Amino acid sequence: MEHGVLFNIFIYLAAGVIAVPIAKRLGLGSVLGYLIAGVIVGPYALSLISNQEDVMHVAEFGVVMMLFLVGLELRPALLWQLKMPILGTGGLQLCATTLCIFLILLACDLAWQTALAIGLIVALSSTAIVLQNLQERELMKTEAGKNAFAVLLFQDIAVIPILSLLPLLVIQDTAIVESTTSGWLSALMIAGVIAGIIIGGHFLVVPLLRIIAGSRSREIFIATALALVVGIALAMEAVGLSAALGTFLAGVVLADSEYRHELESDIEPFKSLLLGIFFISVGASIDFTLLLEQPVLVAMLVTGLIAVKFIVLFITGIVFKIQRSQNWLFSCALAQGGEFAFVLTSFALQRQVLDNEIASLLVLVVTLSMVFTPLLLIINDKIIAPTFKRKLPRDESENKAAPEHQIPDDTDSSVIIAGFGGFGQVVGRLLHGYHINTTILENDVGQIELLQQFKYKVFYGDAEQLNLLHAAGADNAKLFIIAVESASRTKRILIQVKKHFPHLNVLVRATDRNHAQQLIRLGADHVFRESLDSGISLGVEALKALGMRANQAHRAGQVFRRHDEAVLHEEAKRMHDQEPEFVNRSLTERRILKKLLGLDALTYYDNLNDAWSTEAHSNEEKNTVGNLAAAHKHNKSASEQS
Amino acid sequence: MYKILVLFAHPALQKSIAHKSLFNAIQDIEGITCHDLYDAYPDSFINIKHEQQLLLNHDIIVLQFPLYWYSCPAILKEWQDLVLEHGFAYGEHGDKLVGKKIMLAISTGGSANSYSTTGYNEHDISQFLLPFSQMSKLCNLDYLSPFVVNDIHKRHDAARITRKSQEYRQLLLTLQQCDNPVTARQEYN
Repeated sequence: MEHGVLFNIFIYLAAGVIAVPIAKRLGLGSVLGYLIAGVIVGPYALSLISNQEDVMHVAEFGVVMMLFLVGLELRPALLWQLKMPILGTGGLQLCATTLCIFLILLACDLAWQTALAIGLIVALSSTAIVLQNLQERELMKTEAGKNAFAVLLFQDIAVIPILSLLPLLVIQDTAIVESTTSGWLSALMIAGVIAGIIIGGHFLVVPLLRIIAGSRSREIFIATALALVVGIALAMEAVGLSAALGTFLAGVVLADSEYRHELESDIEPFKSLLLGIFFISVGASIDFTLLLEQPVLVAMLVTGLIAVKFIVLFITGIVFKIQRSQNWLFSCALAQGGEFAFVLTSFALQRQVLDNEIASLLVLVVTLSMVFTPLLLIINDKIIAPTFKRKLPRDESENKAAPEHQIPDDTDSSVIIAGFGGFGQVVGRLLHGYHINTTILENDVGQIELLQQFKYKVFYGDAEQLNLLHAAGADNAKLFIIAVESASRTKRILIQVKKHFPHLNVLVRATDRNHAQQLIRLGADHVFRESLDSGISLGVEALKALGMRANQAHRAGQVFRRHDEAVLHEEAKRMHDQEPEFVNRSLTERRILKKLLGLDALTYYDNLNDAWSTEAHSNEEKNTVGNLAAAHKHNKSASEQS
Repeated sequence: MYKILVLFAHPALQKSIAHKSLFNAIQDIEGITCHDLYDAYPDSFINIKHEQQLLLNHDIIVLQFPLYWYSCPAILKEWQDLVLEHGFAYGEHGDKLVGKKIMLAISTGGSANSYSTTGYNEHDISQFLLPFSQMSKLCNLDYLSPFVVNDIHKRHDAARITRKSQEYRQLLLTLQQCDNPVTARQEYN
């Protein structure tokens, strides 16, 4: 038995590992890779896996985790800013699609309950497929990308009412009486659990995470995050609600907490793996006998589904004034059934809303529509988009005219500060004072608590971690400031940032001269020695105390600073070819110091020469007069020439 | 083609009405070096050697600034004090700028009428700019008559500023090509 489980796990993982990179290479995206892998290992091809139904049930938990992550993305403030695109575009799309499908199916003599259930199920698009495809093409920032994201968000939220609506569509109405008797009680329990999640999230989970984070044990934090999601799912199922709703709510509640990015990056791998397995089991469950039995019917249904969704989306795009070229992309991207259709279909099957035959046909059609999405996008890229390219100038001006603020960027800010100790705080306070939003990464819990009292946006996490950097928005940021105390951590973060986010302008705190040179060699754009400025200030004060006039002392400080910076960069450049690790460090430092002391004849570098000086003048009063006369002559001859 | 150096001095560009537009209008012209002094030297620590090299590399120097208290913003005064050294710009061997041209491009709060013997400023604008014309004389620079945008306090509608900016741009383009900028400047007026 044990062998069987391990064997199954191996087949799932291996199938994904082999199929996904190939599918990505072919431009089909990872979701399609999983689906194809599922088909290959499934009962109709290699038949390598058993009881994929059970696996699918377990893997559905990936969707629950996905909703938790969607919730985490949806800070209440962002949700509010996006209300127009979400409610307007998303709402119209969902209602109109459901209505169209409903009417068409009614015309095909289906019961209205069945027709409505199917309409609701196929109105949802595939978050995974759409986002994956748009991100891979770097289209998330475009108008189409933003609108697609808004529609998907609305659909993600709409899953929750749909889940509670579906059981009401049971064709035999015997169950209804039974459910109303316990209705009040269950409604109370539901309200209790939801209130528990919201209040508990605020007052229990966040302090708990703070304590866990304080223990600085990463695996315990991950375990806490997983236990949180699983626990909420169990609580919701106990009162007969969808686990997805509960975790989504928990996500929204925690979206404003400082642990948002850490939770996101911890849950993300589990979600992706589970979703991957979920997609493989979906692929494995494609009913090829059904497809071969009724190829014409299936083909018609798939074409019909994509056509209806596309037309509704296109009209929605026109209503909400999406640019024409963007509207094609927007409509192509979202014209498929989604992974929620699988969940909803199996849910509807359990509640006997749909019968087996319709359900398997539905899953087949939705799966095939998902398979065709990347192909639709490729068609849009190759055929439709080029026709708009020719009219680019006009398009561009339209683009500029579109109000920027209508759909806010999903990024939080363009500045990320790693490390918020004394040094980072000065930087953060300065930027904050000028209303520049910064994302702060800090792994000292005490610091976070303190700063939150002053309404800073601080996140718990280790800035060396690539997934945290991604989650913190490093892909879209402009500046990255490294202000951590440890010299070695600074280097590791710098290497990570430079390697994965070469577009970022990186400003780095250096502990000393030696560290600064290493950082310059590692590619830091700007290096700031923590001792330099205070050292200079003290030196200037000392000069004043010795009787130098304040402005002269100040200037001396400026001269020193420039001279020292110039020497530092020159040295860093010269030492670039040498291998610094093999050089005896203290020897090098002593040599550099000796050289520096020799170079510090600052009066020489203060090239004021004759400015502000009267010596030269008095020496040659006569000459100056002569010069003036010459100038007069020169000007005169110039004007005579003209 | 003559090379033009625009030395721009505005301590609060974020509040600027005219100069932001004027300065933007000349950014993309080939052969014109736009040098924003407050941006280059936020601590007023002027790199004298660099500034002198810039002067040597150009044929026409434009000083662009808003007229504050009948004079230039502080950094331009500092620039004059430090860069126009004895032995470089004037005095013995101070012949490095001989034959180059200089022009002011300024804005004034008061109207053109106010800068006259009958106006409340009681003097002509050229009289207020006497330190600059005399500085030019001492440095053997040909002083071209200034480009002035008057009346910023009252008439700051965008259309007028845009028109003035285009005029400024056109003037610099002409100076760039013209062998005799003194006459070109006179004709312009």
